[in-house]
Amino acid sequence: MYLSIIFLPLIGSILSGLFGRFLTPRGAAFVTILGMSLACFISIVLFFEVGFSGSPCYIKLSPWLDSEMFDACWGFYFDSLTVSMCFTVTLISTLVHLYSTSYMSHDPHQPRFMAYLSLFTFFMLMLITADNFIQLFLGWEGVGLCSYLLINFWFTRLQANKAAIKAMVINRVGDVGLALGVFSVFVVFKTCDYSVVFSLVPHVAGVTYNFLGFEVDALSTIGLLLFVGAVGKSAQIGLHTWLPDAMEGPTPVSALIHAATMVTAGVYLIIRCSPLYEYSGYALIVITIFGALTAFIAGTIGLVQNDLKKVIAYSTCSQLGYMVFACGLSNYSVSMFHLINHAYFKALLFLSAGSVIHALNDEQDMRRMGGLLQVLPYTYVMILIGSLALMGFPFLTGFYSKDVILEIAYAKYSLHGTFAHWLGVISAGITAFYSFRLIYLTFVSNPNGYKNAMQGAHDAPLPMAIPLFVLCIGSIFVGYLTKDLFIGLGTPFWNNAIFIAPQNLTMIDAEFIPTHIKWLPVIVSLAGASLSMIVYHSFKDFLFAVCTHPFGRNIFVFLNRRWLFDKLQNELIGSVILKLGYNTTYKLVDKGIIEIFGPKGFAFLTLTFSKQVSDLQSGLVHQYAFIMFIGVTLFMTKLLLWPIFAALIDINLYFIVIATLMFTNYFVIKLS
Amino acid sequence: MISQTRYLFVAMVLFLLGLSGIFLNRKNIIILLMSIELMLLSINFNFIIFSVFLDDILGQLFALLVLTVAAAESAIGLAILVIYYRVRGTIAIEFIDLMKG
Repeated sequence: MYLSIIFLPLIGSILSGLFGRFLTPRGAAFVTILGMSLACFISIVLFFEVGFSGSPCYIKLSPWLDSEMFDACWGFYFDSLTVSMCFTVTLISTLVHLYSTSYMSHDPHQPRFMAYLSLFTFFMLMLITADNFIQLFLGWEGVGLCSYLLINFWFTRLQANKAAIKAMVINRVGDVGLALGVFSVFVVFKTCDYSVVFSLVPHVAGVTYNFLGFEVDALSTIGLLLFVGAVGKSAQIGLHTWLPDAMEGPTPVSALIHAATMVTAGVYLIIRCSPLYEYSGYALIVITIFGALTAFIAGTIGLVQNDLKKVIAYSTCSQLGYMVFACGLSNYSVSMFHLINHAYFKALLFLSAGSVIHALNDEQDMRRMGGLLQVLPYTYVMILIGSLALMGFPFLTGFYSKDVILEIAYAKYSLHGTFAHWLGVISAGITAFYSFRLIYLTFVSNPNGYKNAMQGAHDAPLPMAIPLFVLCIGSIFVGYLTKDLFIGLGTPFWNNAIFIAPQNLTMIDAEFIPTHIKWLPVIVSLAGASLSMIVYHSFKDFLFAVCTHPFGRNIFVFLNRRWLFDKLQNELIGSVILKLGYNTTYKLVDKGIIEIFGPKGFAFLTLTFSKQVSDLQSGLVHQYAFIMFIGVTLFMTKLLLWPIFAALIDINLYFIVIATLMFTNYFVIKLS
Repeated sequence: MISQTRYLFVAMVLFLLGLSGIFLNRKNIIILLMSIELMLLSINFNFIIFSVFLDDILGQLFALLVLTVAAAESAIGLAILVIYYRVRGTIAIEFIDLMKG
């Protein structure tokens, strides 16, 4: 049962991907959905068995890499953290599969799409059930691969190709960090097994090791390196630029991979390594600051985006920032809680956005929407609920996790805690603002779209409506239902899955912070939402005046062009590396030195030498005789008079002479 | 008594004459054959010289053997030449380069 949850998606993927031709699109969809829903059902059972009943399970399948001290096994580890993730992943994946049958129904490559989705789910489950860092890395790369394949699903679109390559390349940067982190774990702990590593952590606190020639604190460095991996995968500031571009993929992909599951892998990694981070010195502070900055910066960018999906993508980025800084403040369970909640309402938002896009003939620009309230009432309700849950409207799902995150940030009473708290509160207002801006521009304002698009618009068909409904129920109730389970004071749910050092506990302090601070996020959110509605409804001219005023325009352009992150990356890093790659490593090294001294030069030399040698065979007997005579003479000289010459000739010089001869020969021939 | 080196000197001069006859000769292949004969002769001379000086009959016997072989060789060589002339119409050395690589 434990393994079938992982391998059912794989079987579905193989059947649909390799034999999709014979199964027909409907058959492929049936196979994959069957596999996924079975996996989902099993994961509910697992959630009960491992989570509620508190019996973690550990399966060691077989050795994988076995070399002296280094051993990586195919091992699967199910504790409460894993099963929480498993349940979320399989549920969202099942719903997205179902949704895709309708969304992709006009696509001739539907079996391939379903296969990729299932393959992604397999790798994601591999990532979260791994019992060692190597297997985690396998899943990590696997989901990256599937992300690439799915962004690039419509491979004839140039934008999709570019976005997919960008996602791949930027993720490589993070993966280098993760790989170095895993190497460091092995260097320090001599194993990659979670259970061994995490039990040894207290013993290596304060130990230093040599990293790139510097003696550094082992745990902090490992923590930071693993965090670099998380920055890449979870789109934290600096390496976040791939996530909005990944919206080029089909919308179900955005919902499954780039909102609910894959991007949370980085957060999952941090939570999984909680014992490691608890003993690391300054890694947590760095994580907090990065997370808070991401939450804020991504939110501000989201304020002025015009693409429906990009707004939600930046919102995802911002929410990931929340999760990361919650981890940085040592509240891993809260982060996990937010992760699960976020999966529901973000998948809901994306799938509803997909419904809008689907209804409007693939129109994504919010400026050409508007007035869809009458046309798509069901979708409107869904997006409204998703947005309310996202902005933390009281007693919806987001409220329970987001408010707790901000409370514990305040209760940290440290510089980075307060920093995160204030940026978080501001971001909460911003989140509400752009969520309602999205709703207003898409549904409420006057219709700005094309007539024929509006005429053809229809609300979500049943296969699309069911997932929306399920997610909507999740967005409303999951937070309330699972709050006490996940983050209730003294909950036994996490037992050993998450470790929080006693000095880092702030859950209790969070109960005693001033009431107005507790209220602040809700007030800011409601204010942001109201402000957004008022400004966009009644003060459009004022907004226009602000945006066209020189100063306001600068800010607008700055935000609209994503804080110029892309520009900076392209000009400061991208172009330099490109030039280096083309001029130096390609032209000078590859096609230059290596090729001249390597294969090409060698072939050329062999050819010219053999020509010269064959010229020696003139066919003229007297020349042969002469050469023989010379040879015999030299031989006799060598035999008889060697003691005289031996002192003059060092045998080693021959090599230099021969080499010089070869290359002078070569260049003379090349010039002539 | 004339010293051994004098005799050997004659033999060597003869040998070198034959040798240079081979690779200085550009004209006629018959001269080449003659040069080979000359070299064989000088070697024979060497045999005989050493045989006399070492007082050993074996060298002279060997010289006779070499003479026989040389006669056979030149006979075969001349025969080949005749055939070659019939086929190619020339025995000039510079045109005999069929083995050119």
